[in-house]
Amino acid sequence: MTNDMPDTTLAADPSPDAPGDATDDAVGYYTPGDPIRDTKAPEGPIAERWQTRKFEARLVNPANRRKLSVIIVGTGLAGASAAATLGEAGYEVKSFCYQDSPRRAHSIAAQGGINAAKNYKEDGDSVHRLFYDTVKGGDYRSRESNVYRLAEVSTNIIDQCVAQGVPFAREYGGLLDNRSFGGVQVSRTFYARGQTGQQLLIGAYQALERQVAAGTVTTYTRHEMLELIVVDGKARGIIARDMVTGEVQTHLADVVVLASGGYGNVFYLSTNAMGCNVTATWRAHRKGAYMANPCYTQIHPTCIPVSGSHQSKLTLMSESLRNDGRIWVPKKKADCAKDPREIPEEDRDYYLERIYPSFGNLVPRDIASRAAKYQCDDGRGVGPEVDGVRRGVYLDFADAIARLGRDAVEEKYGNLFDMYARITGEDPYSLPMRIYPAVHYVMGGLWVDYDLQSTIPGLFVTGEANFSDHGANRLGASALMQGLADGYFVLPHTIRDYLADGPFEKLAADHPAVLEAEQSVKSRIDHFMTVGGSRSVDSYHRELGHIMWEYCGMERSEDGLKKAIDLIRTLKDDFYRNVKVLGTADSLNQSLEKAGRVADFFELGELMCIDALNRRESCGGHFRAESQTEDGEALRHDDQFAYVAAWEFGGDDEQPILHKEDLVYTAIEMKQRSYK
Amino acid sequence: MKLTLNIWRQASEADKGAMHTYDLDNVSPDMSFLEMLDVLNEELNASGEEPIAFDSDCREGICGMCGLMINGEPHGPEVTTTCQLHMRSFKDGDEITIEPWRSSAFPVVKDLCVDRSSFDRIIQQGGYISVNTGSAPEAHSIQVPKEAADRAFDVATCIGCGACVAACPNGSASLFMGAKITHLGELPQGQAERDTRVVNMVGQHDHEGFGGCTNIGECTAACPKEIPLDVISQLNRDLRMAMKHGH
Ligand SMILES: Cc1cc2nc3c(=O)[nH]c(=O)nc-3n(C[C@H](O)[C@H](O)[C@H](O)COP(=O)(O)OP(=O)(O)OC[C@H]3O[C@@H](n4cnc5c(N)ncnc54)[C@H](O)[C@@H]3O)c2cc1C
Ligand code: SF4
Ligand code: FES
Repeated sequence: MTNDMPDTTLAADPSPDAPGDATDDAVGYYTPGDPIRDTKAPEGPIAERWQTRKFEARLVNPANRRKLSVIIVGTGLAGASAAATLGEAGYEVKSFCYQDSPRRAHSIAAQGGINAAKNYKEDGDSVHRLFYDTVKGGDYRSRESNVYRLAEVSTNIIDQCVAQGVPFAREYGGLLDNRSFGGVQVSRTFYARGQTGQQLLIGAYQALERQVAAGTVTTYTRHEMLELIVVDGKARGIIARDMVTGEVQTHLADVVVLASGGYGNVFYLSTNAMGCNVTATWRAHRKGAYMANPCYTQIHPTCIPVSGSHQSKLTLMSESLRNDGRIWVPKKKADCAKDPREIPEEDRDYYLERIYPSFGNLVPRDIASRAAKYQCDDGRGVGPEVDGVRRGVYLDFADAIARLGRDAVEEKYGNLFDMYARITGEDPYSLPMRIYPAVHYVMGGLWVDYDLQSTIPGLFVTGEANFSDHGANRLGASALMQGLADGYFVLPHTIRDYLADGPFEKLAADHPAVLEAEQSVKSRIDHFMTVGGSRSVDSYHRELGHIMWEYCGMERSEDGLKKAIDLIRTLKDDFYRNVKVLGTADSLNQSLEKAGRVADFFELGELMCIDALNRRESCGGHFRAESQTEDGEALRHDDQFAYVAAWEFGGDDEQPILHKEDLVYTAIEMKQRSYK
Repeated sequence: MKLTLNIWRQASEADKGAMHTYDLDNVSPDMSFLEMLDVLNEELNASGEEPIAFDSDCREGICGMCGLMINGEPHGPEVTTTCQLHMRSFKDGDEITIEPWRSSAFPVVKDLCVDRSSFDRIIQQGGYISVNTGSAPEAHSIQVPKEAADRAFDVATCIGCGACVAACPNGSASLFMGAKITHLGELPQGQAERDTRVVNMVGQHDHEGFGGCTNIGECTAACPKEIPLDVISQLNRDLRMAMKHGH
């Protein structure tokens, strides 16, 4: 712990930055707003803040809870855990998801594991170390009080999940096993083979279904939230579409929770599920909730490359492959189409080992990703040509097989090799794997205070949908931890303080604010059903994804971002005039569902570019070409950018308004990273 | 390659539905089965015919949302989910018949989409361990022999896709139910509710209109997660024990 940090990193200029500042690339694209001064975190030593908050949060009499209603959008780890817990507490909960069952939320796909500071291995782990690693991993762009709390409650998560029957991996003695994950030096990751997300989600789902049977929770599956209802400044409900009948429904409540996941699908291709979207949070943003750090995206280096223009999504393979696989591309462009086994050793460029001799193939995710992109941009990528470029690098196990034997490699990576073989039709035991980076996770999301409340009173946001804990980059195995921490252990305490003032005045179904929300949803639907254009929704989505990936992906520059903003605006105009949605509005209509989501992705994409343009520094997953060291490494500028960029919606065709929350570290010292 | 596709189309639950035939050219063996349908849908959209509705989400074989009857086999010819099936499992000139799951407990919602909420209702009747948030003991106070933990995990990998039901001539969901009974029954935490769990889940299963199990084994053969048939023996054993205990 230190209190002697250089003053420059703490200097908080209370007045909004004047646009026109030498480094303000985004001038003309935004309006400066007031800084955010209060995040509602209690004062005092960091280790005591959560206890203080829990004590100070007002209680709700058990007899009154039944009269208080909560809407929760999302049944992933963050949503299902909250719905189950609030149901158990006795509130009246309505839970929404777009899939046909709550159990199918995207959390199900998480593979690697979940972190917790249990220190079962006695290897020096502690709450403070998990806190430290998370802030450092986030490149000092997260809010320290929230991160500390996350580390603090992490241990309760494991207790809860074990009691629910989550079958974590165990040692022969019957105790829980742990592994080290994502380059950290302690073994704090709990796992259930390669299906940790599935097992944790099934645990939360079962707890949720138990409450359905108990009558405290009602589930609305195949229901999509399309609008937030705000009355007298407070979130009071949602407009949802029954995706089977097409009915546009009003659901009112005392409080609304968004646990709707991340928006990586703005890139079209990502490792996210097909339906992942920004609609729930974007609609709330348009109603006054600030969107924080939207440009922070995590790109994962070990995904299976695109095989053709039909590609609909990308598949992640565990990072652990980099422990034994060696990454290379041909030195000569002419060799790129050759059988890799025929390329002699001296004609191969093991570029990570060459550039980063001490970390080699194990450099952090963003560095490995960017390096792969540079090789392919340079014309030395491998694999099939898609749109004229080969986007892939080799991940070669020939040396590992020679050194350890085929059996040992199979023992360690067999299931990943099988998955690779199924998808590509190639045998990775005899032919090097091909990998390429893909969008995997978004650190940005709706701004929330210490209570996980957004800038709209009564609207709480949990899980990947909020921005809160991972700063500019997320550590492996920490998203599952955050989702469950928020839903089981944080939100249930903070939301009661808000609900202590309820039940709020009953709203009539024909309240003007309700009718307005309903009308806006109906007119959007009408618009898509009647444009009668000529291009499919998917074709627009794919083109938007290309723009985002090209200019707001692994490397961003002032010129590229400005170009992207123009391209997005033009494409968006065309979309509204020329999109083609067939079928009817009053039945299951997947094109109509997608049209609504893509419309919101256009607006989000533009804001992401503006945010990236404003942040003329490289930090975490955000790399600005203009901000690098002489040898091409990311360069952070704590003196100018140690803040959360929280964007307020300015209105259609108006500039967004930037509010800055200065990041002040009292329990940790800011450092630049180096991997050379 | 070039394919002839016979696809079930049904506007809604109330509609009668019928097979439609479509020709599709330029199918790449690297496409997944669902990407092949995406391509067909783009063509339909361009030609003014409403795209075919089918379910999928993760497209990684884990969420259980996809599921098609392909030439009479749930999830098609390989032991995997529909989303992980690739077109290299077919050849040029093939005729492929695609239908939704057929079961009275899974009504068709539209085209190839079905309603599997009956599975959720079975879980509601006891597919859980009753422990409120915050009341759990320290994780290491519960020791689980590795063998039991591994078996619990293996059967807990069920993705709730419903292929077992679609494959069963009786339309039984015993494999799905047996997997949950076995998962929780293997663990010390699951013992307290063991009797009531099986009785209530089986009661709901029958109430939903799923059929009885006559040990045919088609379910296991169709299961993308290879849930073994012996979970059904476990289910039956647990049910007998519960009755003996007076349930
Ligand atoms: C392939 C993959 C592997 C991963 N592996 C790991 C790992 O090993 N460890 C780790 O910690 N993290 C991992 N992550 C990240 C992690 O899985 C996610 O960040 C996390 O699960 C998100 O949980 P969530 O509850 O916030 O949202 P989700 O699980 O995405 O749930 C979103 C919910 O919101 C609902 N929803 C969304 N929009 C609407 C709407 N408009 N109307 C109604 N409902 C809506 C959905 O139906 C769904 O129920 C991985 C991610 C991917 C893609
Ligand atoms: S038992 Fe197998 S086939 Fe049946 S629902 Fe589970 S995963 Fe699907
Ligand atoms: S789409 Fe998720 S299992 Fe197939």
